[in-house]
Amino acid sequence: MEEIITLDYGSGGLKTSQLIESVLLPAFSNEALNQLGDGAVLENPGGPLVFSTDSFVVSPWRFPGGDIGKLAVCGTVNDLSMAGGRPWSLSLSFILEEGLPMKDFQEIAASIAKTARETGVSIVTGDTKVVEKGKGDGIYINTSGIGFLLPPGKTLGKSAIRPGDRVILSGPPGCHGTAVMMARGEFPCEGQIISDCRPLNQLSAAALEAGGVKIMRDPTRGGVATTLNEFTENTPYSIRLEETAIPRNPSVEAACSLLGLDPLYCACEGRMLAIVSPEKAEDVLKAIRRQEGGEEAAIIGEVTSQYPGKVILTTPLGGSRILGKLTGNQLPRIC
Amino acid sequence: MKSPDLFSSPEGSQKLLKAIHKMAPELGLVRLMEVCGTHTMAIAKAGLKQLLPSNIRLISGPGCPVCVTPAGAMDQILALSQRPGLTIASYGDLLRVPGSHPGDSLLRRKALGASVQTVYSPMDALNLAVRHPQQQVLFIAVGFETTAPGTAACLLEAKEKNILNFSVFSLLKTTMPAMKLVASSAQSAVNGFLCPGHVAVITGSRAFSFLAQEFHLPAVISGFEPGDLIASLYWLIKMLYEQKPAVRNEYTRLVRPEGNPLALNAMEEVFTPQDSLWRGLGKIPDSGLALRKTFSSWDGSVKYALQPELGTEIPGCSCGQIIQGLMEPEECPLFGSRCTPSDPVGPCMVSSEGSCAAAWRYHPVN
Repeated sequence: MEEIITLDYGSGGLKTSQLIESVLLPAFSNEALNQLGDGAVLENPGGPLVFSTDSFVVSPWRFPGGDIGKLAVCGTVNDLSMAGGRPWSLSLSFILEEGLPMKDFQEIAASIAKTARETGVSIVTGDTKVVEKGKGDGIYINTSGIGFLLPPGKTLGKSAIRPGDRVILSGPPGCHGTAVMMARGEFPCEGQIISDCRPLNQLSAAALEAGGVKIMRDPTRGGVATTLNEFTENTPYSIRLEETAIPRNPSVEAACSLLGLDPLYCACEGRMLAIVSPEKAEDVLKAIRRQEGGEEAAIIGEVTSQYPGKVILTTPLGGSRILGKLTGNQLPRIC
Repeated sequence: MKSPDLFSSPEGSQKLLKAIHKMAPELGLVRLMEVCGTHTMAIAKAGLKQLLPSNIRLISGPGCPVCVTPAGAMDQILALSQRPGLTIASYGDLLRVPGSHPGDSLLRRKALGASVQTVYSPMDALNLAVRHPQQQVLFIAVGFETTAPGTAACLLEAKEKNILNFSVFSLLKTTMPAMKLVASSAQSAVNGFLCPGHVAVITGSRAFSFLAQEFHLPAVISGFEPGDLIASLYWLIKMLYEQKPAVRNEYTRLVRPEGNPLALNAMEEVFTPQDSLWRGLGKIPDSGLALRKTFSSWDGSVKYALQPELGTEIPGCSCGQIIQGLMEPEECPLFGSRCTPSDPVGPCMVSSEGSCAAAWRYHPVN
């Protein structure tokens, strides 16, 4: 049977990894790309630069806690921040569908401007294309961005991870994915879930300043579980998570339990996962908690060498199970 | 919304686990079947199997709606999905289920242009039909007594409002005939049942009393939190230990002896029992729910001449044995190699409630 692209290939989980490994890496392989970080670090005579790009297709474009404009700025700002950069300038491209109300477009542009201002980045170049009615879904956005690499520079990466390192998560997982899902109005559920969509540049800068950070990542599609698997795969180390230590949002937990979803696999758009050396873990935790959006940060686990390449979750009853990468597609078009 | 953790206290559960460990050595090999797919998932998620004594085995039964849907029914639905002007609506899990040909599924047909919609309830499918009066909408109803009342309510509304571009293909099944079959099978050798709490909310706890009366097997109707499951297992082991089989209701916060009369009446009005084909189990008399003649205008099997057959199982796929508790997912030669949730061969790996998916996703350490 002929292979075709299905929604699963955009899930950020196993299928996306397969697409990258089987088609994209063989085609484009180079040192900066092969790191597969959220952003690429580029040598530059005036100091190393961080470069990243992201596309946004979220439906509906407005959801509790954000909209596609805010998301488009946060997405790339967060990728640059997680790669250890201080975000500087963004490009902005729209693909608009015929019939999009002008006031929606204006509202989205205003949201982009506001988020960029708050984050300290400038929109310095852009492009607009319009496609026929029925050939798009209102609005798609792409942003690319560059930033300056903050100290300690290029040493960030999974090769620095060692047993004993701690895993820090900046807040409860799954808020963004479930907020968008609820905003689609497909469930007659009570209670509103607010997306965690927010820029992470302050959090990452504070963590880097505190020191001891080995790697940072914002767990978007595929969620916390998939991102942690990306940290451990092809390494001799494993990560052990304590389920009781993971920050929780009761509304998200309840919605997920109703929908058969797992918050650990739901996308975040304003959470940070960091692996930090044991000596510095408490300092980094305190530094993150002092930032807006990091108040609920917690140490959720530890790097071990017990089950190489795996992520293990200890349940409240004391059982243990392997936490794999996301398979299939929990929720399409959430970012 | 309430947090689901209200009903589980790790301390209480630890005590019950200790008691289970104390009684277990007297019992020899004990095979306890959880009938419901949601239980399968909850057990795996809590890492429960490894906390039990080694002679207490938990095996999964035929309670995952998608898993027991025969390949032949999927083949017919897949063929129908190509029809212009027709939208197929069903629950997300069904979209991934392959028919007799590996790799073919509604999800694939959708990617190639077929009109296929994921819905979360039959009412969503009916609303789809109301919003698109030019389009025919066929809802594929799978599930047990838990989803049947919703489907019945939806059909009652379609009839009342005379919405004629909507129909239902019922692959709905009832739990008791399948449990009877497993209970009477020497091959399955089940020593007790963890009964499905959600089904019991509808049917009532009394509907399960045949397990103790006819088959002298202990059974506990259980909720879905780790604390519920451990308490239910404790009662099962205790009844085996004392050799006093009975049917107990652990899920008293929701399950009444008489069930939910409103739901049962709606089902009675809309459906009539019919023989049904189960993947792995074959034909079980009176185990399916067909639409009554008075609803034939909304009956997809009439409208589109659908007569499900068992179909051919994919070679090497062991879902049939796994559904009956005759094989563990990990014992299947395809498990984890050719068959994974991202590229499933059989339905037990597709469904979020399937025992293979549970075993793969919540793989215990060791």
